[in-house]
Amino acid sequence: MSAETYAWAPGFVAGDRPRIVTSRFEYEDSYTLERYLATGGYEGLRAALGRNAADVHEQVRSSTLLGRGGAGFPAGIKWGLTPEGVFPRYLVVNGDESEPGTYKDRLLMERDPHQLIEGCLIACYAAGLSQCFLYIRGEMALAQERVGAALNEAYAAGYVGRNICGTEFSVDIVLHWGAGAYVVGEETALIESLEGNRGMPRLKPPYFPAAIGLYGQPTIVNNVETLANLPFIAANGAEAYTSIGTETSPGTRMVAVSGHVKRPGVYEIINGTTTFRDLLYGEEFCGGIRDDNELKAFVPGGGSAPWFLPDQLDLPFEGRQVGAAGSMLGSGAIMVMDSTTDIPAAALTLTRFYAHESCGKCVPCREGGTWLMRILERIVAGDGTTEDLDLLLEVGGSICPGDMPHAASADLGLEATPFPYKMTTICFVGPSAYVPVHSALTLFRSEFESRVAPVRPRVRIPVTAAGGGA
Amino acid sequence: MARLSPDNTILAHEIIARYPKPKSALIPLLHLAQEQDGYVTDEAMRHIAELVGVTPAEVRGTGTFYEMFQFEPVGRYLINICGTMSCALMGADDLMHAAEETLGVHAGGTTDDGMFTLHRAECQAACTEAPCLQVNYRYRFRATPDDVRTLIDDLRAGRLDGEIPPHGTLARTRQHIPADRGVGAVDPDDVTGPPAWVTVDADTSQGAS
Ligand SMILES: Cc1cc2nc3c(=O)[nH]c(=O)nc-3n(C[C@H](O)[C@H](O)[C@H](O)COP(=O)(O)O)c2cc1C
Ligand code: SF4
Ligand code: FES
Repeated sequence: MSAETYAWAPGFVAGDRPRIVTSRFEYEDSYTLERYLATGGYEGLRAALGRNAADVHEQVRSSTLLGRGGAGFPAGIKWGLTPEGVFPRYLVVNGDESEPGTYKDRLLMERDPHQLIEGCLIACYAAGLSQCFLYIRGEMALAQERVGAALNEAYAAGYVGRNICGTEFSVDIVLHWGAGAYVVGEETALIESLEGNRGMPRLKPPYFPAAIGLYGQPTIVNNVETLANLPFIAANGAEAYTSIGTETSPGTRMVAVSGHVKRPGVYEIINGTTTFRDLLYGEEFCGGIRDDNELKAFVPGGGSAPWFLPDQLDLPFEGRQVGAAGSMLGSGAIMVMDSTTDIPAAALTLTRFYAHESCGKCVPCREGGTWLMRILERIVAGDGTTEDLDLLLEVGGSICPGDMPHAASADLGLEATPFPYKMTTICFVGPSAYVPVHSALTLFRSEFESRVAPVRPRVRIPVTAAGGGA
Repeated sequence: MARLSPDNTILAHEIIARYPKPKSALIPLLHLAQEQDGYVTDEAMRHIAELVGVTPAEVRGTGTFYEMFQFEPVGRYLINICGTMSCALMGADDLMHAAEETLGVHAGGTTDDGMFTLHRAECQAACTEAPCLQVNYRYRFRATPDDVRTLIDDLRAGRLDGEIPPHGTLARTRQHIPADRGVGAVDPDDVTGPPAWVTVDADTSQGAS
């Protein structure tokens, strides 16, 4: 068993497992066209171009490839939602990776940009998309350089642009880069941003991007990791893909484990079967909690996901089971807190993030997020009152009315409330400010109670002294 | 300088031509302006408005939404210290403290010599390498307070000039679509049928709803 970390791919640990999207990471020059071609590159595209577009689409549909951007929607089905006969259709690649805890798309863009480019081409071919915009997060200078260089190489070699590989298939891939705004990762905000506007989410339904997206045209938005899987599927077939993982969660997944573990890192894991215990404690993964401390809690799917306790360690990395247990897998990011963690302070780091990233379009998010942050700040600073705890829940309730999903706890005698929640906002930024507050307060209420003082009686300052005057 | 330079104007036209609608080039062009002057000047925004065919107010309206654009001069080096959960759990506060102490400014401030601006940033997609920071969007992973002090010394002494360009410079390798290889952007209103490789039959058999 090996768990080698590659110095040129910081954070990445290979291990002894089947790899689909990180298969080239061990080469230091993995981002060059030369290395890509020497390791099977663009063979998936050639295989796809040898068949008709509908067959390639069908192959992806039968692979049940799930979207990796957070929602887990099957890619093949999404491509089929474009209205018949409406052209042009576009592909927008979501490389805006900014969900707290998430680190995989940047690695894929920096380490294997040609794999992503090939994936984009296969998607365009299969779904009849005539131009592709590859939107990379603004703060990722190296990813922009690597993808830019790879596109230049691919254009020169005839893999992108006019008459690809000598066929009728012609598509441009335009590298586009953002300028720092988390909410732009939401697909309709991404489209607004790509149109040159402020990156605010659009109201939907009724209009999903597949029907009305970029410039009002049918638009497929897919995550970087989702697309990076396509060369393998096109080259090896859907069965080779579904033979890894489980029926509901086929293939592999990139997962970033950060926080208080011995070996934080990005791992490509087998989808659906690997458990959280494997990931946190397994020798081929993180090797246990730092300093052999006790595990206190972990966030299983990026900053927006309700928290789990050691009670949930044996759940597999599988969407339905995790949903039933009260959380979500989201973008494949686990953040681990050991017994030394100050829970209210930890929750504040996430709530502050979402409050800060609100685009301001919905009142409950804009106002509520800031309120939650301010109240938490004063609790953490030692200025909170007992009333503040109820106030947190009240403000949260205005963003997410009704039952909030949460984990089960044997110690607290809590049963799980399954995911998802109801919300009063357009997108998930508002609820995400509340999720960490709700999790922390539900699972660790005593840590809040020990920090707040009972409400102090108001100091009375009479305008005139009693009995005085005249 | 203020308006885009002649070279940058050529580049701007090349970028605009890649999009079916010119306004899509707004953010890339704002980056170009910031790369040129270290921040986005009013004159550059007026120039971009002309190039793209929108009003200067629209350029500002879009630009001010995005955190990376600076509308006032900032330091040659913008140091962004991540303070989101994974970094916070691993000691981001110590990094910020070391940076504030070494630079003599609080987060948000710029040093008197105009060399450094310090910001508290949000998750930088390097959470397994926490705590981390970026200087002009170049990473430093698993940093210690000592690393921060050394980094600031090195930057001040010009020892990292090759690796870290002045604020505003993002990708130093740019995309270039050769005229004889590119398909070219088409206004969606001018597209009537499916792309050449999609036969109408095949499209229907996709079972589109
Ligand atoms: C607030 C918010 C932020 C998001 N950020 C990202 C992101 O950074 N990257 C991403 O791929 N998807 C992100 N998503 C999900 C996208 O909206 C979209 O579902 C996804 O890109 C679709 O790709 P997929 O089907 O391949 O997963 C975000 C969603 C929300 C609500
Ligand atoms: S929930 Fe927040 S970020 Fe999302 S659209 Fe509403 S205000 Fe904007
Ligand atoms: S939390 Fe700092 S990089 Fe993600």
